[in-house]
Amino acid sequence: MYRYDEFDKEFVSARVDQFRDQVERRMAGDLSEDEFKPLRLMNGVYLQLHAYMLRVAIPYGTLNSRQMRMLGHIARKYDRGYGHFTTRQNIQFNWPKLLDIPDILDDLATVEMHAIQTSGNCIRNVTTDHFAGVAEDEIADPRVYAEILRQWSTLHPEFIFLPRKFKIAITGAAHDRAAIQVHDIGLQLVRNEDGEIGFSVYVGGGQGRTPMIAKQVREFLPEQDLIAYTEAILRVYNLYGRRDNKYKARIKILVHETGIDVLREDIEAEFKRIRDGVLHLPKADIEAIDSYFAPPQYADLPDHTAMLDEARRADTGFDRWITNNVEAHKIQGHSIVTISLKPAGGPPGDATDRQLEIMADLGEKFSHDELRISHEQNVILPHVETRNLKEIYDILVVEGLAPANAGLITDIIACPGLDYCALANARSIPVAQDLSEHFAKAEREQDIGELKIKISGCINACGHHHVGHIGILGVDRKGEEFYQITLGGSADENTAIGNIIGPGFASEDVVGAVDKIVDTYLDHRETRDESFLATYNRIGQQPFKDALYG
Amino acid sequence: MKIITANRLHDGIVVFLSADGWETDINQSAILNAPDAVDAGLATAANAIRNSEIIDVNAIDVSLDENDSPVPVKLRERIRAFGPTVQYGEAARQTLAA
Ligand code: SF4
Repeated sequence: MYRYDEFDKEFVSARVDQFRDQVERRMAGDLSEDEFKPLRLMNGVYLQLHAYMLRVAIPYGTLNSRQMRMLGHIARKYDRGYGHFTTRQNIQFNWPKLLDIPDILDDLATVEMHAIQTSGNCIRNVTTDHFAGVAEDEIADPRVYAEILRQWSTLHPEFIFLPRKFKIAITGAAHDRAAIQVHDIGLQLVRNEDGEIGFSVYVGGGQGRTPMIAKQVREFLPEQDLIAYTEAILRVYNLYGRRDNKYKARIKILVHETGIDVLREDIEAEFKRIRDGVLHLPKADIEAIDSYFAPPQYADLPDHTAMLDEARRADTGFDRWITNNVEAHKIQGHSIVTISLKPAGGPPGDATDRQLEIMADLGEKFSHDELRISHEQNVILPHVETRNLKEIYDILVVEGLAPANAGLITDIIACPGLDYCALANARSIPVAQDLSEHFAKAEREQDIGELKIKISGCINACGHHHVGHIGILGVDRKGEEFYQITLGGSADENTAIGNIIGPGFASEDVVGAVDKIVDTYLDHRETRDESFLATYNRIGQQPFKDALYG
Repeated sequence: MKIITANRLHDGIVVFLSADGWETDINQSAILNAPDAVDAGLATAANAIRNSEIIDVNAIDVSLDENDSPVPVKLRERIRAFGPTVQYGEAARQTLAA
C-alpha cells in the first residue's frame, strides 16, 4: 500500500499545528466566524444541524487495519460511537467538538490520515473502483494513477480556489464501478493498438441540480501525459469556469455552454504547450508508485469453491451471503468480500466503533492488512482466502455485519439528509430504513435481483439519486417532506440519468410506490435474468406510470 | 411566537436563548411574543457571537404543545431541537439485533 513520504508527513503535521492555532485564535475571539469558516472547511470541518461534522479523507477508498482501527478509536473517544461512510469513499463523524478536532487530526496523522481536500473549491479525494487491483476484468490498478493525481493536486497553488469543487474518478476496468461519467473528470484505463496503457478521458459529468453525463474529450491519453492533460483541463476550467453563479460554476456547465469541441481545442492547445515540460511523467516515477500497490504475497492455493458447497448447503444464510457478497478474485483460491453496512432497517453506511475495530481485525487477519470503502457505502475485504470465508462470515454475523444483500434492493445508498445535514430539504435515512425493512425478505429480495435504490435529501445529490435504478429525491413542499421518484438511472459504463416518473409522494407513501414499481418490473420481465434496468429500458416509463398513477 | 437558537462555538451543540443564557434544552428557552422582544433576543445573541460563545443564530417560529413546551414549527428546527429522528451508533445496532 502507498505510504506517506517525508513531504506528506511534514505537511500534514504542519497543517494540524496551524489548525490548532486557528482554533485557539477563534476561541479567543481573534478570528471571526467569517474568517475562520474557510479555514475550518479546508480541514474538513463543517457545521451541521446538531454539531460540527468532520470528514476524513480515505484516498481512493483504500486503508489498512491500523487506519480502520484509528477510525474506531476516534468514533469512541471523540464522537458518539459511530462513523458514517460516504459516497465519496470517505468517513464522516457527526458529533466532534471543535476543541477536540486538532487532537483528532493529530491522532489521524499518526496513521497517515487527514481531512485535507475533503471540502472547499479544490480537487477532492480521487475516487476509484473499490475492487481495484483484485478485479478479474481490470487492465491495471487505477489507484496508482489516483495516487499520482493526489500528489499532484495536494496543495497545488493554482487549484486551491477553483470556481467550484472538482471531482475525479478512475476505473481500471471496462465495467465501471466508479461512476466515472458523473464526475468532473472521468478516466478509464485502456490499451491502444500497440498494447500501451493510457486513458480514455471524459469531462463535464456531474450530478446535483443539473445532472450531466460526461463527454469524451480524448480517446487515448498516454499514461505519461496524465498530469499534463489533467492540468490543461483544470487550467481551461479555471480560466473560463463561471465564478459569478455558484449553480453554474461546475465544469459540466462550461462543457454544456461552450461545447465539447471548442473546449477540446483549448485543452489540447494548452496540453501541447505543457506536455513536454515538468509535468511529463517519467516511466520510472510511475513504476515507483506502482510498486507501492504491488499485490500482496498470495498463497498458492487450489480453487476452494467446491469445498464451500457443504457449508453452503448446511447454512442458507451463508449460502446467500456467498451468492451476493463474495466476488471472484483474479488469483485462484481467493475471494473479494463485501461487508454490507445495510442491515434491514438500519442507517445505510454507518458503523459503530466496535464494528470499525472488528473490520480492522478482519482486514489484518484475513485480507493482507487491507480494506476498501466503496462508493456504495460498504466495506470491502479485497484479499480473502476462499477457505476462510465461513470463519469470516460467522464473525460478521455475531457483529451485525453480515447482511447478505450486496447489489440487491436493500443495499440502498442514502445521504445523511435532514437528520444531520444543514442543506437538506427532507430526511433520507428513515426512507431507506422503511424500504430496506419492507424488502428484506430473503426470497423476494433474491428474486428481484440487482436493483439499486439511491436516496438524496436535497438536489445536491450526495445520495446519487440521479443514477439510481430507482432514484429518490427529498424535496420540501410547503413545509412537508415530499419525495420525487426517478427511474432508469445508472452509474456504470452505460451511465444514464433517471427520468422523473411523475408527481412526488408523501413520506408515508414512498414504500408503497416503490413496491408498485417493483411489482410492475416483476410482471413485465421476460426472464428471471432480465434485470430491473433492462426491463425498464425495454418497456419504458408507461407501465410504471400506469401502476403508480393509473 | 419565536425563540432564538444557535450552535455553541466550542462544540457545535444546539442551544436556545433562555432568561439566563444559552441552554441545550428547548424547554428552557425564552418565548418571545413581541417583535421588540425578538430584537432584544437577537441583540443578546449578537453579543454572544462577539464573545465567541455561539454561531449561526436564528429566530425561529414555535407553537406550544399541551404542556406549554415550545415546539418549532419547521421540521428542520424540530430535528435540531430534539435530535436525529433515527437511532445511531450502539443503540441502532442493538435495536437491529433484537
Ligand atoms: S444530498 Fe443534500 S441533504 Fe443529502 S447530504 Fe448532500 S447536501 Fe445534505
